[in-house]
Amino acid sequence: MNHSISLTVNGARREFVLDDPRVTLLDLLRERLHLTGTKKGCDRGQCGACTILVDGKRINSCLALAISHDGADILTIEGVARGDQLHPVQAAFIAHDGFQCGFCTPGQIMSAIGMMREGQAGDVPERIRECMSGNLCRCGAYAGIVDAVLEAQAGMDESNQRRSA
Amino acid sequence: MKPFDYVRPATVAEAVAAGAQPGAAYLAAGTNLLDLMKGGVSRPDRLVDVTRLEGLDRIECLADGSVRIGALVRNADLAHDAEFAKSYPAVAEALLSGASAQLRNAATVGGNLLQRTRCAYFYDTASRCNKREAGSGCDARAGENRTHAVLGWSESCIATHPSDFCVPLVALDAIVEIEGRNGRREIALDELHRLPGDTPERESALEPGDLIVAVRLPAAARGFATHARYLKVRERTSYAFAVVSAAAALQVKNGKVTEARLALGGVAAKPWRARAAEDVLKGVAPDAAAFQEAARRALADAKPSGDNAFKIELGRRIVVRALTLAAAGTPARMPALPASPFASISGAIHV
Repeated sequence: MNHSISLTVNGARREFVLDDPRVTLLDLLRERLHLTGTKKGCDRGQCGACTILVDGKRINSCLALAISHDGADILTIEGVARGDQLHPVQAAFIAHDGFQCGFCTPGQIMSAIGMMREGQAGDVPERIRECMSGNLCRCGAYAGIVDAVLEAQAGMDESNQRRSA
Repeated sequence: MKPFDYVRPATVAEAVAAGAQPGAAYLAAGTNLLDLMKGGVSRPDRLVDVTRLEGLDRIECLADGSVRIGALVRNADLAHDAEFAKSYPAVAEALLSGASAQLRNAATVGGNLLQRTRCAYFYDTASRCNKREAGSGCDARAGENRTHAVLGWSESCIATHPSDFCVPLVALDAIVEIEGRNGRREIALDELHRLPGDTPERESALEPGDLIVAVRLPAAARGFATHARYLKVRERTSYAFAVVSAAAALQVKNGKVTEARLALGGVAAKPWRARAAEDVLKGVAPDAAAFQEAARRALADAKPSGDNAFKIELGRRIVVRALTLAAAGTPARMPALPASPFASISGAIHV
């Protein structure tokens, strides 16, 4: 039985016909939309490489059935830059060498963006490590990742202050 | 993953009718179920998607002072609800010590209660597991079992229930609201999960079609807000299941404990309420001697199920430390590492 769903992906509304309810959001993004920035690492919710924002919140797209997310608003790594202008978290990852092989990086960046929206981390490195613990980096670039997130977080706080001033 | 049919009922009554069919499983976030389905451990013929059911995603304060948490409330939303976290700090701390931020954003209250054991032999379909396949045997019994149960286990099954959330809930007398084929009923959370006995494949008191619709904390649970903690030992700092955990909650008046609540996690097939330990705390000063006696009582019936005798002594120490932290008072802010014995902000003592 076919199921029709619609999703908003990086701002564009998309319609899909699913001929199998087993399709995850991760596979839909990669196989149907060819948005391959979202990575399939463990495919079991353990590594965080597939992290995307759904309705503004970070989740593991490998453990989310597409059919159950009809109507959702999705943001992937492909949707965070404005043209050539990198998202502040992307720029900070480059500035602080927050990666080596790069495989976990889209998930790390989406997770960091989600974390900053949640507003729970503050500027304490211990909190950032805790709040980012769902994203594994097998190269061990954690020190750079924490520095990058701290800088992006500080930049965001500053621009928020400017806006409210 | 085995193919399945998918239905999305519009009402709870339709969901219960669909969920009562043989081979049906309820789908909420799917953070545990899809993992199990990918591994071939769970093989439902039909998923009944309950995520769109109306009215199950609310946190309501009821007139009698209790709080009712809808089964579809996300773990993160509950933990970060300011009023809830202030009133039930050990519950919020337990939630924030579980899984990862991504999983907490998706996982639901009802799903947390019904998550399956993390026993590696349950997950490995090449292994014998009485829980996965009744009567097949238990490869954990003579296998890698250092994290397995020390209380309430049987020769048939030594698995533990992995929930953090359930530990303070059972300590605070949580009630589970269930919609079933014969209408609405409610049971104590303490009666939801079954000990394995000879039938480890029967994990809960739920019948086919039963759908958890809410969890309620009675008014009295609020009385522990100023002295309630959750403490969880993991094999890494974050994002790991409990080796042993404990929820402790006290009421102290004029230097004496007037009410005490204690439960352990990671030690049994259910969140383990330690009533005998609570009893010895009532009426005494909240001091080290009292907490050590409570710890001794809490683990009095414990016995190793394999290479896990250390969990019994670890359990005693965690109980003493959780009670000590609870007596010191709920911190004004959630610790940087919720429930962690390694948190730099509070709790760095040795017992």
